[in-house]
Amino acid sequence: MAKVVAVTGNEACANALRQVNPDVCGIYPITPQTDMMQRFASFIADGKVDTESILVESEHSSMSACIGAAAAGGRVITATSSQGLALMWEMLHIASGDRLPIVMPVVNRALSAPLNIHGDHSDAMGARDTGWIQLWSENGQEAYDNTIQAFRIAEHMDIRLPIMVCMDGFIISHSIERLEYLEDQEVKDFVGPFKNFLPLLDLAKPKSYGPLILTDLYHEYKRAQHEIMTKVKDVVLDVAKDFEKMSGRKYGIFESYRLEDADIAIVILNSAAGTTKDVIDQFREKGIKAGLLKPRLFRPFPFTEIADALKNTKAVCVMDRADSYGSYGPLFMEIASALYPLEKKPLLMNKIYGLGGRDYLPSHAVQVLTELNEIAKSGKVNTLKDYIGVRE
Amino acid sequence: MATPLSLKELSKKEDRFTHGHRMCSGCGAPIVVKIAMLATDYPVVVSNATGCLEVSSCISEFTAWNVPWIHTAFENAAATLSGVETMYRSLKKQGKFDQEVKFIAFGGDGGTYDIGFQSLSGAIERGHDMIYICYDNGAYMNTGIQRSSATPLGADTTTCPAGSVIPGKLRNRKNLTKIMAAHDIPYVAQASPSHWQDLFRKVQKAHELKGPKFINVIAPCNRGWRSKTNDAIQLSRLAVNTCYWPLYEIEDGVTKITVTPKEKIPVAEFMKPQGRFKHLFSPENEGLLQRVQEEVDKEWAKLLKEAKTD
Ligand SMILES: Cc1ncc(C[n+]2csc(CCOP(=O)(O)OP(=O)(O)O)c2C)c(N)n1
Ligand code: SF4
Repeated sequence: MAKVVAVTGNEACANALRQVNPDVCGIYPITPQTDMMQRFASFIADGKVDTESILVESEHSSMSACIGAAAAGGRVITATSSQGLALMWEMLHIASGDRLPIVMPVVNRALSAPLNIHGDHSDAMGARDTGWIQLWSENGQEAYDNTIQAFRIAEHMDIRLPIMVCMDGFIISHSIERLEYLEDQEVKDFVGPFKNFLPLLDLAKPKSYGPLILTDLYHEYKRAQHEIMTKVKDVVLDVAKDFEKMSGRKYGIFESYRLEDADIAIVILNSAAGTTKDVIDQFREKGIKAGLLKPRLFRPFPFTEIADALKNTKAVCVMDRADSYGSYGPLFMEIASALYPLEKKPLLMNKIYGLGGRDYLPSHAVQVLTELNEIAKSGKVNTLKDYIGVRE
Repeated sequence: MATPLSLKELSKKEDRFTHGHRMCSGCGAPIVVKIAMLATDYPVVVSNATGCLEVSSCISEFTAWNVPWIHTAFENAAATLSGVETMYRSLKKQGKFDQEVKFIAFGGDGGTYDIGFQSLSGAIERGHDMIYICYDNGAYMNTGIQRSSATPLGADTTTCPAGSVIPGKLRNRKNLTKIMAAHDIPYVAQASPSHWQDLFRKVQKAHELKGPKFINVIAPCNRGWRSKTNDAIQLSRLAVNTCYWPLYEIEDGVTKITVTPKEKIPVAEFMKPQGRFKHLFSPENEGLLQRVQEEVDKEWAKLLKEAKTD
C-alpha cells in the first residue's frame, strides 16, 4: 500500500536508498546534495540499513572507493552535485569502463566560476560522455521512482553500467511536495538481491581489474561500451513496465505532453517541464496546438524515438539549462542530431534559461511559445540560439 | 599465519607476483613486490596505482598477478582499496562472506608522496585495515624520470635537470615515512630489498596488526638512477649503510631502528655509482654534495634520538 507523504526531493531519495539497503555508500557533502546523504547517514547510525559508509575526504576518493567496493562485489551508492561531480570526472570514466553498476543521485547545480550553489544542469551535462546512464526527474516523485528503478537498470545482467539520477538542485532537492512512498517490502522485492558479476572477492578465481590496454584492443573496448549502451533503452522500458505494475506510475524513455497533434513544441528537462505544461494548457485553450517533450533517458539518448515523436511538428524550441560556450546548448545538439536524418523536419531554435538557479517563469514559456507560433506561421527562425530571462 | 623465514621454505611457495611482468631487467620494484607478496599466507587483494609497476604487470589479458588485483588511476590506490575493504567488511557483517582476507596497496613515490597523498592520508585516517606499500624510486619513472617530492637533493631529473645555472634538484626530499607516522597509526616502517628478511618481517608484522599500516621501501630504478642493471640490491644496501635510507619501524608510536649499519659510510658512496648525481662530483658543486651529507647526518641523528628516548 502506498503511503502519501509531504517530503523534499532529497528526503525522498534518501528514503528510496534506505528501502534498497545497499552494501556500501560513499559520503561527501556538497550543497544541494548534502542533506540527502546526511539523512542516509542517520539511517546507518540508527541501524535501519546494513550499509557500511565510507566517509571520504573528497569526491574523487568517493568515486574511487565506490569503484573498489563495486568491483569487490556488492551494491554501491553515492550522491553528489556540481564541483563534486566535476572532481569525480576522471573516475566516472573508470566506473563505466569497468562496467560497475554504481547508483548515484546527482542534485544538479551550476559549476564555478563564478561560484554558485543553485540549480542548473551544467554538472550532469559535463558528465554526459562518461559512459554513465542518465535518468532525469521532473519532481520529487520522479526522483524517488527513478532512484528505485536505477538499481534494476544498472544491475541488469545485459548492462552492468553505472547510473546517475538527476534532479534539480533546490527546486526539487529542497522543496516539499506531496508524493507516494512504496512499501519497504515492495521496493526490496522489486530491486531483488544483488547479483554478482566477476567480483574481486572471488578468491578462487583472481581477477585483474583495470589493466593497460594498448592500441591493439582499446578501440574494441570502446565500441563494446557503445554496444552495451544500445541495450539500455529496452531494459529501461522493461523495468518501467514492472514499476508501473507495482506503483501504477507509468514511465518511458521520455514523456510527451499533448504532443501527438502539436504544431509547436518545447523540449525541456527536469522541473521546468512542469511549469511549461501549465503554459501549454493555456495555449491549447487559445486554440494553439502546443506540446512538450521531456527526455527521461538522456544517456543513452533515444534518437530515433525522439525524432519520431517530433517529426510532425512545425517548430521546436529546445531549452537548455546549461550552455556549451561557443556552441549550442547540449540538449539542443542532441535534438538537432536526432532530427537530422528526417527528410521533413521541424524548424529548430535553442534557448538557454535558468542558469545558476535563475527562475524559470511561466512568462518565459509564454514568450517561447509565442515565438514558436510565429515561426510555424512564417517558416522563418530569427535567432537560432538565444538567452531568456537575462537582465540586460 | 607465519611463513617461515627460510629461503628453502619460501622457494616452495607459489609466487603471487609471477615472472612474465615487463618491468626493466634489474628494476628494484618487482623484487620489493615479490617479497611483500610472499610475506603472508592469507588471501591478499591488491590495489595498484598507475606507474611502472602497474603498466608493466597487467597488459591486456596478460597479468603477473596471481591474486585479485585492481588498478583504477594514479592518485587513488588507497581510496580504491578502501572501497574494496569496506565492501569486504559489509559482506562479512551481513554474513555473506566468511574468509579472512588481507589488503595491500602498491604505489610509486609519485602516486604516494604527491598526487596520491590526499587519498592516502584520507584512507589512513579512516582506519581501513590494509597495508600501503610505497616503492620509492625517487621520481616519476614511468613518464620518463621527472622529479617527485621524493627526489633526493641534487638529483638530475628531466624536470629539474642539472644545467649550467641550476645543479639539479635544490630541495630535500619529503619525509613521507614520518608524515605517515604522524597519522598515529599502528605501524609505519622503512625497508629495503637488500635486507629482504627485514622487509619480509615488516610486511608479516603489519599483516598481523589491525588497522592502517604504511611501509616505505626503497626501489632502485636503473633507468632513472642511471646505474648498472645489476646493481639494484647493491645500491639499496648502500642506501642503508650510508643512512640515506635508514631501516626502522614505528609501532604504536615507538620507534625502533631495525638495522644499524656496522659502519656508517659517506653518502657519496651511494651516489657515485649513479649517473643522476654525476654533476655533484665536479668541484663547483662541492657545496651541494656537502649539504646532502649534512641532511643525511641530521636525519640520522634525529632518528637515533627518537629511537633512544622511546
Ligand atoms: C592524473 C594523472 N596525472 C598524470 C598521469 C601520468 N602518469 C602516469 S604514471 C606517472 C608517474 C608515476 O610515477 P611513480 O608513482 O613515482 O611510479 P613509477 O613510475 O616511478 O614506478 C605519471 C605522472 C596520470 N596517469 N594521471
Ligand atoms: S623505468 Fe625504472 S622503475 Fe620503471 S620499470 Fe624500468 S627500472 Fe623499474
